[in-house]
Amino acid sequence: MLADNGAPLTWNLARDVTQLFEFHFMVNAFRAGTAVAVVAAAVGWFMVLRRQTFAGHTLGIVAFPGASAAIWLGLSATVGFFGFCIATALVIAALPRTTGSGSSSEEAALIGTVQAFALASGFLFVSLYGGFLNGLTSVLFGSFLGITDAQVLTLVAVAVGAVAVLAAVRRPLLFSSVDPDVASARGVPSRVLSTMFLVVLGAAVAEASQITGALLVFALLVVPAASAQVITARPGVSFLLATVFGLVITWAGLACAYYSPYPVGFWTTTIAFATYIAARVGAAAVPRFARASA
Amino acid sequence: MSAYMQHALVAGTAIAAACGLVGYFVVLRSQVFSTDALSHVAFSGSLAALAAGIDPRVGLFGGSIIVAVAIGTLGDRGRPDDVVIGTVFTWILGLGVLFLSIYTSAHGADNGAANVNVLFGSIFGLNRSEAVLAAVVGVGLCIAVLGIARPLLFASVDEAVAAARGLPVRALGIAFLALVGVGAAEATQAVGALLLVGLVAAPAGAAHRLTGRPWIGLALSAAIAVGSMWSGLLVSYVFGSIPASFSIMAVATAVFAITHVPRRRALVSR
Repeated sequence: MLADNGAPLTWNLARDVTQLFEFHFMVNAFRAGTAVAVVAAAVGWFMVLRRQTFAGHTLGIVAFPGASAAIWLGLSATVGFFGFCIATALVIAALPRTTGSGSSSEEAALIGTVQAFALASGFLFVSLYGGFLNGLTSVLFGSFLGITDAQVLTLVAVAVGAVAVLAAVRRPLLFSSVDPDVASARGVPSRVLSTMFLVVLGAAVAEASQITGALLVFALLVVPAASAQVITARPGVSFLLATVFGLVITWAGLACAYYSPYPVGFWTTTIAFATYIAARVGAAAVPRFARASA
Repeated sequence: MSAYMQHALVAGTAIAAACGLVGYFVVLRSQVFSTDALSHVAFSGSLAALAAGIDPRVGLFGGSIIVAVAIGTLGDRGRPDDVVIGTVFTWILGLGVLFLSIYTSAHGADNGAANVNVLFGSIFGLNRSEAVLAAVVGVGLCIAVLGIARPLLFASVDEAVAAARGLPVRALGIAFLALVGVGAAEATQAVGALLLVGLVAAPAGAAHRLTGRPWIGLALSAAIAVGSMWSGLLVSYVFGSIPASFSIMAVATAVFAITHVPRRRALVSR
């Protein structure tokens, strides 16, 4: 994005990396990206395990009207991201859950309509605010420019909080994610855990939206965890791998966006897609490894 | 009435009727999710065409129809899970962003406008020839859907019996998805790639809740879609600051919501 006015890419890798951190906004982008990558990978790992990717998708969609409503009202986009995502997480938690894949076609129509309406509302706020067309692209598809110190602080604080909550409830959460019925029978408060997890998920989606944009949160939320769970079934190892994948996707995405004229949303999704393909191909090519570690 | 409103009404009526008819079968055949997938392709296809310097409608229709036929051809064998679908379609959106940046860097000035038109539609921005073409395609789509409606209904309601009676069930399914592709591309011109699922699903979902009789349902779905289109266009024509795609979606959503008043159903989980 800065290839025109920034320093060009050279063959000297050490020099390139130093150059990346010459500008304060780039340092902030890496700080924010790191916090987001860690929390998204951690929360995403449980989300994939709990088969709630769809809830994550819905939360990502409401992030857009959230951010645009906040900007329209003169608040910061950060407030809108967190407020809308967490409020929607509570709504989803309060709704009766239909289990399994037995949901009817009518429900799919309803879900599609609700999502389209949420996006339409976001567009309404953008139009009412006016003069925000370029900002629209960064809310939807991400941007790493102009992240302030205060925003970095918020992102890191929320990330630490979310990871701390996950760490505190990791054992019962894992138990109730893998086998909710047995966990409930053993006295694990599944419903409370589920609500708590959805709120943490809302916070993670709000964090990821601010780097990847509302429409591309899957790149940081789902792909690291899904790739790691393809490679190994051992919870501890795949959890660590997911975090590593998340960091690699974010860092490489930011670096590529810095040195190329193409946007960060394109780079993170492409690197994420490549990571997932590589994990699938790798796991298929080396089945013994996957089985041995399972 | 100003010219842009006339163009919007001509194109919008045909588009809405087509989306209502296509949507009825989409909901009947449980293919809302395929339509959602097509919306990503509609976005990236349009921007790819813009980046290549050709009419965005080439990429819009080309991409939507090709991917719809591909989904129809591959669809039967093993349904991919949410993770795979999410990963692939997030990447397709990412590609769209790439094309957008290629297009904007080549045409510096009109920065966000192209993106907004593709994402959220520009029904008030259609010129005369664009409106006429959209209307002709919309009417053609209506005729095509009504033309295969009878065998398609049979195949949708009871596939096994239809196949046993000698109906080409598989070919019908693929042909129908191709029509969904055309419908998605049409809807994108009216309400945009991000909202097209709403225009296809909301009137049809409402019709399915109101009646179980197929022919009445089909007519009702088209009528609700056209009604939403007209009232949405009127609201935005009167109140200029409210975008048309929002008003159209708001009316369609409200109608669908009203059909849910007596009985409540779960929102979450697919």
